[in-house]
Amino acid sequence: MTQVQQLITAIEQATSPNTLVQAVWNLANAQDLAAIPTLIEVLGYNNPGAAVAAVEGLVKLGERAVPILLENIDGYDYGARAWANRALARIGDPRALEMLLEAASQDFALSVRRAAAKGLGGIQWEKLPPEEQQTAQERTLTTLAQILAKDEEWVVRYAAVVGLEGLGQQQGQFRERILEILRSHLSQESELAVRARIQWAQQKQPTLN
Amino acid sequence: MEQGVEGLTVEQAIANLQQTEDLGLRYYAAWWLGKFRVAQPEAIDTLLIALEDEADRSPDGGYPLRRNAARALGKLNEPRVVPALIHCLDCPDYYVREAAAQALEQLGDKSCVSALVNLLAGGVEAAVPVPGKPHLVQPYEAILEALGTLGARETVPLMQPFLTHPVVKVQLAAARALYQLTQEPQYGERLVQGLQADKLPLRRSALIDLGAVGYLPGADAIAQTLAENSLKVISLKGLLEFSLRDLPSSAETWEFSPESVHIMQLMDGLL
Repeated sequence: MTQVQQLITAIEQATSPNTLVQAVWNLANAQDLAAIPTLIEVLGYNNPGAAVAAVEGLVKLGERAVPILLENIDGYDYGARAWANRALARIGDPRALEMLLEAASQDFALSVRRAAAKGLGGIQWEKLPPEEQQTAQERTLTTLAQILAKDEEWVVRYAAVVGLEGLGQQQGQFRERILEILRSHLSQESELAVRARIQWAQQKQPTLN
Repeated sequence: MEQGVEGLTVEQAIANLQQTEDLGLRYYAAWWLGKFRVAQPEAIDTLLIALEDEADRSPDGGYPLRRNAARALGKLNEPRVVPALIHCLDCPDYYVREAAAQALEQLGDKSCVSALVNLLAGGVEAAVPVPGKPHLVQPYEAILEALGTLGARETVPLMQPFLTHPVVKVQLAAARALYQLTQEPQYGERLVQGLQADKLPLRRSALIDLGAVGYLPGADAIAQTLAENSLKVISLKGLLEFSLRDLPSSAETWEFSPESVHIMQLMDGLL
């Protein structure tokens, strides 16, 4: 048995939630491509500690984990889907863009929508062919603005603010428009926490004011 | 008027609650009136009558309709129902007493304090399980939380012994109430300890309590608890709103405290 196979076996044979979490961290830290399918499977174990460890492992593997993550998103387990979107969001690979746009605007689970909305602010645009960048960024901006205006869950609107802030920090040409979106939403936002996050986003981009 | 899943209207719900043929319809109607916060006088009158119901009995002698009526009345923000809910604190059905204590907490009327204190008679020694039932002799969690929310400072000495009650949820309820009443960090820290409990439901309780009382020093511990991010974010939202309480509402540009910024950073990290 290779070392990675031993680590995978340890996960399968874990006898308590705590030994499971430790075994997942061991596999995550091994940084081996062969660990990816198991790390993705762990996202569906309904064990937050184990899922955090698996997400960290997937994020460290970076863009190499993206195609496998995209192929294995679980359509029937929203808990696992939220963790997978969190991993994709942290990696920021633009191949996940379609998945994140759809998840942020259409998934029924708010944990999935909020993870995806935040992730849209961290896409690494330079990895897209230059001729595709502008259209993709426009769609992202429009989607996040719609989520901020329409999503009924405060935490998803909060995440849309974080996403918009991320996009504005990366892509200066959108800053004026993002500030205008935030400004116009502020007066109609009912939740104090979301209003606070908008104010903070505005203050972090002082060159825009 | 908003329609429920069953397509009820307010008039139908009140009529369903007034009839006595179909107990299921009455039970559902009481829940529905609370859910949709129907506070018109006729609805409240009908719910008050339901608090005295004798027709709907569970196999163990409980009063299901009274429970739902009490829960509904807690949501309707009508002070005149307080005496009837206080009367329910003497009901032989534990779950009616629990629903009444929670409703009285929601209504925020301090006239119920002495009736709630009466249920703490005998202190921790008397707070024992009922043989064969999944609950203690009184709904201590609901009572302690209500006294905390109602600001009943004079009950602090009565509450302190409950920090050592054998049931951890009762301990947490006491710590939550004592923090609300005294703002002393030792009680906030007791809730933070609750975040380390072995059982997930207890960690969830501690998260809800910390968010409800706005214990700002607990922010990092909340973010690190082993629990769902959704609950951690809700708990931190409670802290954030508490940390913003001194902001002048007229301010155009908010001046955030370091605590507020730190809480938002933690929330961002949990999305």
